[in-house]
Amino acid sequence: MKLTLRVWRQRNADADGAMSTYEVDGISSDMSFLEMLDTLNEELILRGEDPVAFDHDCREGICGACSLVINGDAHGPERTTTCQLHMRSFKDGDTIDIEPWRASAFPVIKDLVVDRSAFDRIIQAGGYVTAPTGAAPEAHATAVPKADADFAFEHAECIGCGACVAACPNGAAMLFTSAKVNHLNVLPQGAPERETRVLDMVAQMDEEGFGGCTLTGECATACPKGIPLMSITSMNREWLRATRKAGKR
Amino acid sequence: MTDYVNYSTGAPVTDVKAPDGPINERWDKRRFEAKLVNPANRRKHTVIVVGTGLAGGSAGATLAEQGYHVVQFCYQDSPRRAHSIAAQGGINAAKNYRNDGDSVHRLFYDTVKGGDFRARESNVHRLAQISVEIIDQCVAQGVPFAREYGGLLDTRSFGGVQVSRTFYARGQTGQQLLLGAYQALSRQIAAGNVDMHPRTEMLDLIVIDGRARGIVARDLITGRVDTYFADAVVLASGGYGNVFYLSTNAMNSNATAVWRAHRRGAYFANPCFTQIHPTCIPRTGDHQSKLTLMSESLRNDGRIWVPKAKGDTRPADRIPEDERDYYLERIYPSFGNLVPRDIASRAAKNVCDEGRGVGPGGQGVYLDFADAVKRMGRKAVEAKYGNLFDMYQRITDEDPYEVPMRIYPAVHYTMGGLWVDYDLQTTVPGLFAIGEANFSDHGANRLGASALMQGLADGYFVLPATINDYLARNPHQEAVTAGHPVVQEVLTETEDRLNLLLSVDGDRTPDSFHRELGELMWEFCGMARTDAGLRKALERIPQIREEFWRRIKVPGTGEEFNQSLEKANRVVDYLELAELMCLDALHRAESCGGHFREESQTPDGEAARRDDEFAYAAAWEFTGTGDAPVLHKEDLVFEYVHPTQRSYA
Amino acid sequence: MTRTMWDSSVGKKTVMAVSGLIMLLYLVAHMIGNLKIYFGAGEFNHYAHWLRTVGEPFMHYEWTLWLIRIVLVVAVVAHATSAYQLSRRDIRARPTKYVHGRPRASYATRTMRWGGIILGLFIVWHILDLTTGTVHSGGFQEGHPYQNVVDTFSTWYGDVIYIVAMLALGLHIRHGFWSAAQTLGAGSRTRDRGLKIVANVLALLLTAGFIAVPVGVMTGVVS
Repeated sequence: MKLTLRVWRQRNADADGAMSTYEVDGISSDMSFLEMLDTLNEELILRGEDPVAFDHDCREGICGACSLVINGDAHGPERTTTCQLHMRSFKDGDTIDIEPWRASAFPVIKDLVVDRSAFDRIIQAGGYVTAPTGAAPEAHATAVPKADADFAFEHAECIGCGACVAACPNGAAMLFTSAKVNHLNVLPQGAPERETRVLDMVAQMDEEGFGGCTLTGECATACPKGIPLMSITSMNREWLRATRKAGKR
Repeated sequence: MTDYVNYSTGAPVTDVKAPDGPINERWDKRRFEAKLVNPANRRKHTVIVVGTGLAGGSAGATLAEQGYHVVQFCYQDSPRRAHSIAAQGGINAAKNYRNDGDSVHRLFYDTVKGGDFRARESNVHRLAQISVEIIDQCVAQGVPFAREYGGLLDTRSFGGVQVSRTFYARGQTGQQLLLGAYQALSRQIAAGNVDMHPRTEMLDLIVIDGRARGIVARDLITGRVDTYFADAVVLASGGYGNVFYLSTNAMNSNATAVWRAHRRGAYFANPCFTQIHPTCIPRTGDHQSKLTLMSESLRNDGRIWVPKAKGDTRPADRIPEDERDYYLERIYPSFGNLVPRDIASRAAKNVCDEGRGVGPGGQGVYLDFADAVKRMGRKAVEAKYGNLFDMYQRITDEDPYEVPMRIYPAVHYTMGGLWVDYDLQTTVPGLFAIGEANFSDHGANRLGASALMQGLADGYFVLPATINDYLARNPHQEAVTAGHPVVQEVLTETEDRLNLLLSVDGDRTPDSFHRELGELMWEFCGMARTDAGLRKALERIPQIREEFWRRIKVPGTGEEFNQSLEKANRVVDYLELAELMCLDALHRAESCGGHFREESQTPDGEAARRDDEFAYAAAWEFTGTGDAPVLHKEDLVFEYVHPTQRSYA
Repeated sequence: MTRTMWDSSVGKKTVMAVSGLIMLLYLVAHMIGNLKIYFGAGEFNHYAHWLRTVGEPFMHYEWTLWLIRIVLVVAVVAHATSAYQLSRRDIRARPTKYVHGRPRASYATRTMRWGGIILGLFIVWHILDLTTGTVHSGGFQEGHPYQNVVDTFSTWYGDVIYIVAMLALGLHIRHGFWSAAQTLGAGSRTRDRGLKIVANVLALLLTAGFIAVPVGVMTGVVS
């Protein structure tokens, strides 16, 4: 396949960026999207040009590092991560636009690489169970109904890639935050910190400059792990419950 | 041929920390004998932890909970992305919830045997003991393990064992366990007990007066190379499978931290012990950048076969039952498709070498779910393996419900690593190695679902207990400053190396060298190794290295985000480590576990161990780039599990 | 608790949801009242007068009406202020657009902001037109709402403004009602279909009910 790529190039956080056009040839349909970019980069290096910087690591769709907006879609046209997107989703002669995640809470570091540390700080605000090592009771001491365990798992699947923020017209991090809140709040182990967790995480989310939710559903459509939009509803419920309880204290 | 192969043998290395007495009392004994640091004094001690995977993440969190000041590093943009996250299958623990005859002793026995009698009994027993605590800890953190309808934890049996002791979270166990550790670490970061440095890569170790006192690390965003000091340094930087270029490791997983530590005096043990995982998706072409593992749990219900006839190119559904060779079931009737990884991998290589491989290039075997679908129904198969099937389909564009999967072995895990004593301390005092970075508890072959167990055992329970002893016995260390001559020297060396990489301005990319090295290693130091092949590799590696320093091209500068520079610097270390791997493989003229020497096999083609000569761990001492290293042997004593030829027939 | 509410993006959304639902409740009553216009001037004017005497003798003349008006004003202000502040936050959170843009989300979702502004302006006009009579087209007659309504809808621009606003209202309710349910945590997977149906039915009924008045005037059924 022969393709035309229009790629966002930005030297560093302070520099201005622009779309640059590149041609790549000899692309196999079995290649992953990132392998296609590898091919481009190998050529750029040999030409003495700066290769395109992009985040990637496991290339198995689980680490959450890769983060490209391809033709306007976070992670491209398939419901998967960029690393698991294959070139068979494109046609010979296509022009492909590649841009970084766009959100003020995710500033561009270079080219297609953005800073997602805001997500880490949201987790640090309360996305954990306080269970110091060694203090754990026997694992079978508390049975967890299968439905709750499955619900927790479904939300725990979040890979923290940020596609939800990138896709949201408001740059909101509600889906990310709600996934962790729901994962931990439904479990008996997470119950003691149920209220503080949701209040603190939502407060941190706001603090980081993410937008608010207008329930457009773009986040859930872009999510490579299929975290449902209803996750946000559940978090809202948790948040209201916690606010009521906090008010009573 | 260089004189690299003419290594010398130095004094044996002994594990002086290992307690004696009955094996089930040793860990208690060591914990009691270890000195403690007064809780009030702990915050005065700084511990550097490199890596945030299962081992590093759990260690950082636990040390901080204990009151130490932790400074932690990872090259990823977030500690949550360490490659432990990609582990699929599960984690072993001797809980015996199934009442199927499991026990700590059985897990210990299975692990020693599975490792083909090249691991330390004391360590393995400790691992088995701790396994049960890990599950408790993870459940308390909210790790959503799979559960039965009654609300209790589900388990399954996993590659190479006959009890159901593997706890799992669908096909994402590593992810869930890692997020548990990451969340515990996050809590400590928020509390100010851990200074987290993401996108910062360790490039060298600072050793002062014979003790590890800090590291040199590069901020990958600004390119700034800086020094960090501590009272102890813990390496949890993972394995070195990426020496092979194509592996199931993450693209940026690398060996720099352990290799640089090795260069600074830490012995490297059993580098040739690499695990080739039998169930990976075969490569599709030269563009391939990495290989994807399909969880071994697939072997529980899938049946592996190839056509009986050579060069049979009919599609799978056109090959009648009696013309198929379910070779694992045929050769190993009692374990069938569940034989340990090394055996399954080699068997696949053998049938492909015979010309019976399937798929493009004949480098693949079928993993067929037709019978499972018939037996359990498509729904049940979907519930159990749905996400894996989806992943396979996404990558290959083939539907595994309709046509059998094609799989082929790929480099997956490295059992070798920095030599550590019972306390997980390397030969450099104050330098500890945990998780895959150490030479660990897996001997010559790791059993499925044991890597997660070991990483978490080291990080949550072993290191936090043993590091106390070192810190308590070495209390009055002067604070190191950036002006210290050793610090300056190490820093300058690092900067010079980076500048050299940038200044060569040759005509080959870092990846091209990496790929060339990887192909060489896969051919000569992969699933089957020979004296002649290894010698050939040892001849080629220095040549590639020489060419590398002549022709490497790294664009850009060092003072910016520069992924080519990161890559090139990692390849520098691969080019040295590969040589040691080949030498270790050459010197170990026996077959054991993942190390198969064609010269050492039984008449029916199984690995033949030679306990009389090789019942030791080989710990290598660095003497200079390309210079013959010194071998220090640690004799392995087996008091509880007597070495036998492994039999899975 | 009030502080937590107002400081949080989720809290502001809650304010929007609650105020929106209050207004929605009012609109349902308002629409039912409007339809009385089809039963003639007597009944319609009588109904309008009754609005001022509700609650008597406990309430004084127009007290109830003023109470409702106050609640509504608070709701409108709260709704609009939250919307304004949230919108500003949203726009700040996403300052750079994608070069490769494409239309996203449903029509109703995308028109919430503009629809809201249209409705806000409409309310002002609507009050000036039929409550105070300030911008009324004919001679505004206090106490003769039937005639006033007929006057308004006898002008082409009165019809256009009203009908456009009511279409905007329909779209606004369609997304807004469902959205409020999510914000208040009332949604769930099993309930989602039902909520969407209710939202659509409400949107359709209210739009149709309100538009029935100008249509009545235009077709001469009401005169």
